[in-house]
Amino acid sequence: MTKLLLPLEPADKLPSPSRRSFLRYTGAGMAITGLLLAGCDDDSEDDNRLDVGSGDTGVLNYAYALEQLEAAFYARVKTGQYYAGANAAEKQILDDLALHELAHANFFKAALGGSAIKALEPEFGAINFDSRDAVLQAAQTFEDLGVAAYNGAGRYIESAANLVIAGKIVSVEARHAALIRDLRGYNTFVGGDVVDLFTPTSATSAPGAGSGTGKEKSKRPAEVLEAANQYLKEGSKLSARSFN
Amino acid sequence: MDLFKIITEIEKVDPEIYDRLDSRRRVFKHFGLAGKAVTAAMLPGLVSGIFQRAYGQTASLSPDIVAVLNLALSLEYLEYYFYDSGLKATGLIPSADRPAFETIRNDESGHIKVLREALGSQAIADPTRAAFDYSGGRGSMVGPFAAALVNDYALFLGSSQAFVDTGVRAYKGGAPILMPNKDLLEAALNIHSVEARHSSHVRTVRRGLAAGQSGQGATTIAGDPSNLSGKTGRPKSWISGTDGGGPSPGTTPSTAPVYGAGNPATGAPTAIFFPAESNTTQAGVDITTNTAGITPAAASEAFDEPLDAATVKSIARNFVVASSALFT
Repeated sequence: MTKLLLPLEPADKLPSPSRRSFLRYTGAGMAITGLLLAGCDDDSEDDNRLDVGSGDTGVLNYAYALEQLEAAFYARVKTGQYYAGANAAEKQILDDLALHELAHANFFKAALGGSAIKALEPEFGAINFDSRDAVLQAAQTFEDLGVAAYNGAGRYIESAANLVIAGKIVSVEARHAALIRDLRGYNTFVGGDVVDLFTPTSATSAPGAGSGTGKEKSKRPAEVLEAANQYLKEGSKLSARSFN
Repeated sequence: MDLFKIITEIEKVDPEIYDRLDSRRRVFKHFGLAGKAVTAAMLPGLVSGIFQRAYGQTASLSPDIVAVLNLALSLEYLEYYFYDSGLKATGLIPSADRPAFETIRNDESGHIKVLREALGSQAIADPTRAAFDYSGGRGSMVGPFAAALVNDYALFLGSSQAFVDTGVRAYKGGAPILMPNKDLLEAALNIHSVEARHSSHVRTVRRGLAAGQSGQGATTIAGDPSNLSGKTGRPKSWISGTDGGGPSPGTTPSTAPVYGAGNPATGAPTAIFFPAESNTTQAGVDITTNTAGITPAAASEAFDEPLDAATVKSIARNFVVASSALFT
């Protein structure tokens, strides 16, 4: 409460009317109430979120959720005007991506059995599926996010077999991501937004001498879900409370 | 004694000090000190503990982990010197593709740095360019891939693909052994996906070259499922079946083992085993029947496969001189 009010402190310095009535008069009081309610809403939204669970079941459900989102995205892409008019290479790529992601989602559903989370309802309203630029930009977002998500979730996996399964999928997601990026801009298959690029100290440096690491920038579940939830309807938005 | 002043001083000689320490705040979390006052009496132990964590991890690495990381490091050297030699070969790599191979070479250099830091004194020595014979001749320098670093760009791309796909499979195979050390596991995963990005790009360039297209034009060429293998094949950016044995299936050495099975090749659904890239059963689930309308090719593409250390070494051993101990 104190923190929220601090930025309004200068109001105290106004001669009159009093701070309280000033707030009422300007509507700032209403805004504060709104902020507080929004804060409460956030909490209750969290409570309404579908939690992926804990342990390996939780990690696999987390992966299942992301794969559902990707599968739904490419299924929708194939009904849009961009896909209808795409060249043979891009059609092949989008057909493959749609199949790969559906195979991933269905695999997790089968592997999880009765422990699987429900089918999620995507919200793609902000994406123009008739536009090549819009579709490829969204595809890049999903693919890059998937790679960062698998890499950041590996540490939570308890069984070696499940780690290998995640590894089998993440490299395919990375192949997707690199090609989508190359479609948007040749030679952008790794970029500074997703990889901590390495710069040699000089042209004659020995291997390993320079700044950066050449590593993908993995993301923890909370960060990934913040991005993914933008594409999920209320009731399908996710949390991963066990994985911090 | 001002801890942050000490760290600031160290930063002058080691700009990555904060990466090592994670962040100022998390340093204290590691010691369970969040929210507690740090007393003068605690400081000596605290400081040595922090730097033991940041710089002195190697003492606690198990022999299995050291072996996995050193195999990865050996593969990174194999790749680094290959790309570096390609970039130094006059007229080999077209100008449109030089930025990509500079990026790839630099990424491998970064991976070498990461692995050397993780291994500390247990890292293998830099084998140098002299340890490698990229012709596949084990020191004769006249093996079937000799022209890859001279004037045969298609062969250069083929060798690149084989090396990087071997790397992707090797990291995947080594990952379970790193599980006891979560930070090393995550570092390896973050290298693994970058290798896969490299493979995707090299394959895209190969499709373009086979169709006379370079630069952005390469991305307009579809993969040819009936012509995935050989030097002028048009592979997809992902591995389809066994890719017909890869860029050079008919030579000795051959690229076919890069896409074939490792050892053991079969196992129970919950076991770790190393099937060929054409595998379509995952954790006991038949991918070809689990998704309506999927082809065996797409079912295999959707999952890459790991490879065991011994098989990785037997592949990589073909590209070092006989006198080198690498990959033995």
